[in-house]
Amino acid sequence: MGFEGIGAAVKRREDGRFLVGRGHYVDDMNRPGQLHAYIRRSDRPHARIKGIDISAAAAAPGVVAVYTGADLVADGIGGLPCGWQIHSKDGSPMAEPPHPVLAVGKVRHVGDPIAVVIAETRSQAKDAAELLAIDFEDLPGVADLRAAAAPGAALVHDEVAGNVCYDWHIGDKAAVDAAFATAKHVVKLDLVNNRLIPNAMEPRAALGECDVAGHYTLSTTSQNPHVIRLLMGAFVLHIPEHKLRVIAPDVGGGFGSKIYHYAEEAIVTWAAGKLKRPVKWTAERSESFMSDAHGRDHVSHAEMALDAEGHFLALRVSTLANMGAYLSTFAPSVPTYLYATLLAGVYKTPAIYAEVKALFTNTVPVDAYRGAGRPEAAFLLERLVDVIAHDTGFDRVELRRKNFIPADAFPYQTPVALQYDSGDYVTTLEAAMKAADWAGFPARRQAAAARGKLRGIGMSTYLEACGIAPSHIAGALGARAGLYEVANIRIHPTGSVTVFTGSHSHGQGHETTFAQLVVDQLGVPLDQVEIVHGDTGEIPFGMGTYGSRSLAVGGSAMVKAMDKIIAKGKRIAAHLMEASVADIEFKDGAFRVAGTDKSKALAEISLAAYIPHNYPIEELEPGLEETAFYDPKNFTYPGGCHVCEVEIDPETGVTQVVNFVAVDDVGRVINPMIVEGQVQGGVAQGIGQALLEGAAYDANGQLLSGSFMDYTMPRADNLPTITVGTESTLCTHNPLGSKGCGEVGAIGSPPAVINAVVDALRDFGVRSLDMPATPEKIWSIIQANRPKMAAE
Amino acid sequence: MPQVSLKVNGKTHSVEVEGRTLLVELLREKLGLTGTHVGCDTSQCGACVVLVNGDSVKSCTMLALQANGAEVTTIEGLAKPDGTLHPMQAMFREHHALQCGFCTPGMVMSAVDMVNKHPHPMSETEIRAELEGNLCRCTGYNNIVKAIAAAWPLMHGQAAKAA
Repeated sequence: MGFEGIGAAVKRREDGRFLVGRGHYVDDMNRPGQLHAYIRRSDRPHARIKGIDISAAAAAPGVVAVYTGADLVADGIGGLPCGWQIHSKDGSPMAEPPHPVLAVGKVRHVGDPIAVVIAETRSQAKDAAELLAIDFEDLPGVADLRAAAAPGAALVHDEVAGNVCYDWHIGDKAAVDAAFATAKHVVKLDLVNNRLIPNAMEPRAALGECDVAGHYTLSTTSQNPHVIRLLMGAFVLHIPEHKLRVIAPDVGGGFGSKIYHYAEEAIVTWAAGKLKRPVKWTAERSESFMSDAHGRDHVSHAEMALDAEGHFLALRVSTLANMGAYLSTFAPSVPTYLYATLLAGVYKTPAIYAEVKALFTNTVPVDAYRGAGRPEAAFLLERLVDVIAHDTGFDRVELRRKNFIPADAFPYQTPVALQYDSGDYVTTLEAAMKAADWAGFPARRQAAAARGKLRGIGMSTYLEACGIAPSHIAGALGARAGLYEVANIRIHPTGSVTVFTGSHSHGQGHETTFAQLVVDQLGVPLDQVEIVHGDTGEIPFGMGTYGSRSLAVGGSAMVKAMDKIIAKGKRIAAHLMEASVADIEFKDGAFRVAGTDKSKALAEISLAAYIPHNYPIEELEPGLEETAFYDPKNFTYPGGCHVCEVEIDPETGVTQVVNFVAVDDVGRVINPMIVEGQVQGGVAQGIGQALLEGAAYDANGQLLSGSFMDYTMPRADNLPTITVGTESTLCTHNPLGSKGCGEVGAIGSPPAVINAVVDALRDFGVRSLDMPATPEKIWSIIQANRPKMAAE
Repeated sequence: MPQVSLKVNGKTHSVEVEGRTLLVELLREKLGLTGTHVGCDTSQCGACVVLVNGDSVKSCTMLALQANGAEVTTIEGLAKPDGTLHPMQAMFREHHALQCGFCTPGMVMSAVDMVNKHPHPMSETEIRAELEGNLCRCTGYNNIVKAIAAAWPLMHGQAAKAA
């Protein structure tokens, strides 16, 4: 047994089952008597439902039931709840139109569920769903943000004027206006942050069960089973918590898309109760495209005011954000408190003002996708800095350095609410530039030119906020949930350990890293530790995994629980060794009397706790099991520098990423192998956003990119080897010093890629370029500007 | 209903299927071999790749009846009966080539076929090009490419060189 504690690149324990086909995902589950549900969805963006004739479908072979929105309404089932309320500038609450589980009266996006057919087999359910006769009256739709905001736009919800969900702002407008009035330079930029479709490889699935005593079980592809239990039980189906168990077993990736409470979860659970048989639904990929919450989709205008030396004086931002047709669970928080509060970035810009208008459109609901708001902020800032350099002539690296918040300025209060606890942006910048050989780039550009290729280099110096907290602040900002995490740690009589965590692993490797934490804190060998997650029947409570919170918040809860274990263990040890509690030290898995050779292993203490024959029973309860709820004092603030180098073939417009270096400050690292993998995966998604991916709708709201044949997912040959480094400062307010690593890749990389592409095209008069920078887009720019170049 | 007879992971099965039943449905639903996954409906993602008579095949794109008389190997049949991992499985673990595990069975089966069919050492570019039929959303492929490169010498009897 080698070193297995904090900092060790321990191989993953979960791989043992995944590599031999013994993972246990929701669609792998089958129950006796199980029925299959197939959802008939809208194939049109906006239409009135004049009638649904279910008779042919209900009579089809194998069909047990057909339900429509009217059946749910008759059972008193309302809509899906939204977990975050934003208030507009004028103090009014956001528009929060109903989000029916199955459509009532109207459909509002392609993919909107209309009816469910439940049959003995999946094929029978699907066949019968084709027989549903739905009488639609098509209505004009709207998909594009600017079109939705225009006067006279089609209304997604009749009662929501102008399609405006909210019109919100943050910052000091007067201070910003004053700074602009005296600025030496003002640089303006319009940006689009392209809509993405998350596409976790496992399609969503849900299996509902109800026993004769009225106990419900929902197995679902979720990142946060306790949140689903609360939302679905309390707000949708009215099933009290003690009668509802939610299990999220192995889950095949989430990236945010499996945070939310989806209609299908409520449908199978409700139907299982009505039919008294298990009901399973599994999405086909085409359903994922039209029903998993999408990400991003912003249109922004940004302006920076600078003094003569290039110091940022003030930033003014105006953003339109797409909510889609309904409010997904946490959608309203993404373009506000997860976006505009990040607009200081790593810079000491003294005044910032941002306005965000959120709009409904006839598109799939938009919610958090890996990074959630923070990639949009980083893209805006880091593109703006490069454009400032382009327009004013300042060097893009020096401009960044000049405006960095210095390493000795922490804690640092930004003008947009956040207080950063730690960071060192010069160190990550220099490490990334060194690893990427920034200095040697001109020679590589020249060599590429000799081969007829256009080479460019770009960087981003980004910042993000993880582990959204504390609960009372989030509540004051509109969150309808707490944002703590829970750990229950059970030391068994013979000293092995089971951890019950409210975090959920769907690729992050918690079964390994969380066990390493126990090794470090309790001195128990790794193989004596088991991590249990994803089951409300076993775990006291939990808020789940998103926003890079699992280690910083969930891991901190574990540390708190282990502190309680050690404190109780000391009292037991003091009794057994006839010493004072104050003299007991705990180290390397043993309780020692300070200054003596007397010691008791943790297993001896736990045995005494469960077989309390010689035990301080008057003052201490038997057993050795502790629970902790940890509510962080602040966000954590990872940041860093990403450098991207690209080569463009001017004949085809194809961009190849030839080098990518990410140097991130993620705080304390538990398992460097897993951190590297998380960053690489995030960068891959960021390169995907920058060069390949984009959800496409026609003007009316018809989804044009509805499969892997029309939505470009990054494949192995689209991506480079991704070099990852870490240069950490510690988080100052959690016991681990960890900040989070799950999203840094997706946040830092898109602007680095686009900055590199723009750099490669600098001789073609390119100042700005929207994502994805497809070959067609780049080829067109090159073609359009070639004659001019030749003439010069 | 028609009958299909085939050998899966060395075991012979004779099963009634509908004409439209896909090989992956036969494996998952009739034989309970749920290691083979379905990640899409357009034959794009490769999560369902198995070996049919030694060739990698997307089992969502083959009818069960077309596999009549075939020998099929799924992810469950790759390790030795004593549990010893196939070198490709071992290298995926060694190089952290999987995160959520959902694409992994198809990725490993594709990689096995790829290396089997390339007797000469493979460059990173070749490996990336050959992985064109498999999607992974977690890893960025970085470590998958590393794992396949590391498995190549082990599978071609050059263990000493690999170590």
